[in-house]
Order: sequence, then C-alpha cells, then structure tokens
Amino acid sequence: MLTARPPLRGEAHAFLGFLERQKNLVRRYWMWEAVWLVYSLVSVLSIGYLAAGLGSLGGAAPSVADLARAELYLLLGALLWAYLSIVFMEISFSVMWERWEGTIEYTFMAPVRRVTHLLGVCAFALLYGLARTLVVLAIALALFHLDLSRANGGAAVVVLVVSTFPLVGLGVLASVLPLLSPERGEQMTVAVQGILLLASGVYYPVTVLPGPIQVLAKASPMTYTLDGIRATLIDGRGLAAVAPDLAALVLMGAVLLPLGLLTFGWAERRAKRLGLLKRSG
Amino acid sequence: MSQPAVEARGLTKRFRRSGGTGRDGHRLRAPWRRPAREDAVALHPLDLTLEAGAITGVIGPNGSGKSTLVRILATLVLPDAGWARVFGHDVVRESLRVRRHINRVSVEAAFFKELSPWENLVYAARIYGTDDRGLRGRVVDALTRFGLSADVVDQPLRQLSRGQQQKVAIARSVLTTPSLLLMDEPTTGLDPRSKREVQAMVDDLRRESVTTVLCTHDMEEAEALCDRVLLMDRGRVLADGTPAQLGRLEDVFFELSGRGMEDADTEAELEESRAC
Repeated sequence: MLTARPPLRGEAHAFLGFLERQKNLVRRYWMWEAVWLVYSLVSVLSIGYLAAGLGSLGGAAPSVADLARAELYLLLGALLWAYLSIVFMEISFSVMWERWEGTIEYTFMAPVRRVTHLLGVCAFALLYGLARTLVVLAIALALFHLDLSRANGGAAVVVLVVSTFPLVGLGVLASVLPLLSPERGEQMTVAVQGILLLASGVYYPVTVLPGPIQVLAKASPMTYTLDGIRATLIDGRGLAAVAPDLAALVLMGAVLLPLGLLTFGWAERRAKRLGLLKRSG
Repeated sequence: MSQPAVEARGLTKRFRRSGGTGRDGHRLRAPWRRPAREDAVALHPLDLTLEAGAITGVIGPNGSGKSTLVRILATLVLPDAGWARVFGHDVVRESLRVRRHINRVSVEAAFFKELSPWENLVYAARIYGTDDRGLRGRVVDALTRFGLSADVVDQPLRQLSRGQQQKVAIARSVLTTPSLLLMDEPTTGLDPRSKREVQAMVDDLRRESVTTVLCTHDMEEAEALCDRVLLMDRGRVLADGTPAQLGRLEDVFFELSGRGMEDADTEAELEESRAC
C-alpha cells in the first residue's frame, strides 16, 4: 500500500504534478513547440521590419528619433503580445486540450482542489510564456538596435508582475467556454483572443479606435499592461507615473481572478449536471 | 456490520437531448430555431448497496445506465434526484473526499498519448497524493506485474497496442490504491488474448480486497469475474444476484427485457443517432 499525503502537502504535490505534466507535454511535442517559437519570432520580426521601413513608405519623412520611437513602440507591442497571448492561450485552452487528449475526466476525477489544478496550469503558462518570449526578445535585440537607454526596467517588471493576476483571471474565464459548449467553446476562445488583440492597443494607441471599441479597450487588462510597460521602457517613467495603470491592473486582478475561479466552478457543476464533460464537439 | 462501499437511494438522472424527428427521420424544426429538447432518462430511481471488497458486475446494453451510474459515483455527473455515498461520503456534497477513495478505468484508457507510461503514472501519483519515494521502482513493478515488459515504460503510449494501454490504465489505478475501483468496459474492443489478460488482472484485484464495480457488455466475463451482478436495461435494474442465482445472463436479459442484448444495442444506437 502507498502512503497518501496529508491534504495540504498533497495539494502542493499535485500543483507540482501539473507543472511537471505540462513540461513533459512540451518536451514530447517539441516539434510543435519549435514551430510556435518560429511563428512568434517571425511575427515579432515582421513588426520590427515594418517599423524599420516606416521611413521609406513615402509622404513626409519622419525624423530619426520618431522612427526609433515607433520601432520600439511596435516591437514592444509585438513582444508583449507574444507573451500575453501565449499565457492567455495556455490557460484558456487547458480544458480544450484535455478534452482533445481524452484525459479531462481523469483530471477532474482526481482528489485535487480545482484551484490547485488551475494554479498549476497557470503557473506553467507564465513560466513557459516568459521563457519563450525571452528567446524571441534576445533575437530581436540582436537584430534591431533598440534604444533602451532611458528604460526603467524595475518599474517594467512591476507592471508585468501586477499584470499577471488579471491576465490569469481572464484566461481562466476564457477556459470556461469549452466547458459551457464543447461544440463552439474553442472557436469562442480564439475569438476572445482576437478581440483582445484588436482592442488592447498592441500596435497603436487605443485612442485611434472607434468609440465602442475604446470601451472594450478600457475593459481589457492588456491595455494597461501595454501602456505601463511602454511608459516605463520607452519614456523611462517610474512607478508613480504608471500608478493609474497599476491601480487598474490591481483592481482588475481583484475582480477577474476570483470571478474566473468562481465561474469555472459554476461551469464545472453545469457540465456535470448536463453530462458535457466527456463530450467533444 | 461494516460500512458499505456504495449506498444509493432514489438515484435518478436525465439528460437533455436535441430531438424531434418526423416519420421519415427528417428534423421537424426549421434550421434557424433552437432544437426541441427531449429528456432522455439515463437512470430511473435506483436503490443500491454494495458491500466492500466484492466485484460487482453492472451488465447491460448501450443506454442501460451503467456508465451514468459509474460517472455519478466518480463525481463526474451530478444526479438529478436521490443520493449516493461512497464509504459514507456523499458524491455531491463531499466530492473531494469521495475522489480520495476512487479511481476509474474507462473504455478509452484516458492518457496523454504522447507521454510515456512512466510520465502518465507519475502524473497520476502526484495528483493522487501518493508517496514518491521509490516511485520509479513501484511504477515498473506495477507494469511488469500485469505482464508489460519494462522497456515500454519510457515509450510514448501511442506506440503501445490498445491491450497494452488498457493494462497501463489498470496499473495506474492500482498505483493510486483506490478503495473503490470503477471499471467502465475495460475489455471492450480488445483482442481475445488482451481481453483474457485484462480479465486476469481484474481477478487479481480480488486478492487485494479492492471493491470493484465492473461495467461490461460481456455476459461471460461477468459470470466468470463477478461476485454479484446487476442486470440493467433502460436505466432500470432488471435483476440483481450472484451469477449462480441468476443463471445464464443472456437468457435472463431476454426473459426480462423481451429482447436480446445485441438488439438492445442496435436500438440504443438508433435512438442516439436520431437524437444527434
């Protein structure tokens, strides 16, 4: 007979189990991981070259300083989107992937609190997203001569850390969609990701968006992450200057994280009531 | 008197299905309207007590309610009415405690197919809170005990045959030392040799006093392995007794339901396709 762990240690052990499982899956699907890495890299580099070519598109020639700023603005947007979208996708697709693998019932039947399960998935998503983005960042830095002389790295890290909470909350909320609808949940998750890309000001200031989309921009935590990171890295602003962004992110984290967990619990009970856990499309 | 492994009273489940077809089999609804909903009864009010340590067979065709019963006990489906307890814990209100007692082997051998048996079993050990000291040795023991060679331990599961995968699934369930093992058609779709081997594994569990609920279509399997048999059809228990008391299950099923098991399966498949 094997010895069962006490509940709290058991939860910690299970948390590590989810991290380890995700790591093993990345290792086994290494070819796909390589493809996604190249895809992220190509996306970021395309934006970088677009920025570098802005001066040769015709019209009034912008100054060198303006071009350098535009290049940094766009590249930071592309890099942050690469990170935020990986984390969002890893979390929001977690239910869908388990359904696709056929393991969803096994995982949901395990003697683990759902919060442990979700935190394990989210922690891996954050680590994995960071690692992949750092690789892309290193290559982008080598190819583009970015002027980061004014950057306030410490403040940027704080913005990124604070952004984690609403981002995780949003990811968990989106992961509920495949639980609500096995047939259409996956498509809806991709649609949510697309809307975030459009509304969060990844490649432009949100002020250029039409009014209704600006409302969405205000509701997206990614808008404040991008705003805060750009202010700290491009203009070298400190924490006081990005306090409104940080406050919005803290508030959104305080709402989205518990809301995500509660909604997931509700959706799980609904799926169990309607017999939707096993069904796959 | 010892505590029953499973107790259920008035356990009921219906599933909502799309429906509404005409005589010619075509849908009656207009394409832009939401499908009409018809409830399909998966489980009529069911009373059940299973003593600890025995192998209970739940036998019946598709749509008889076997899998629904197992899923309710596994906390994967919520009942509409009635209650069920596993070793005294309510499957709805104390689902986490129930999950500490159970494991389930399903017909699909639910695995991450790109991961190896070792990686899948380590994952199971972690989420079931089992001690990881000497885990590698125990995983290899569990696999070799059920006739798998040690060299499959690190191969991706997709490279193993269905029979081998099902053995890994049973080894995984044993590794987590459940008090109640729910086996949902573990031998369906296996070749005769793998089937015999898996049946031998189930028989082995008897020695470890693991309470086992074995859902199967296979009457002979039930007669050979089970201490008690529940014969089910359309969400109801038709007969309940030891294989010796019931006699030839195929005949009992025909006598009580008015149709053969294969006819019942075909009927259930037709109903399912009409509902989709």
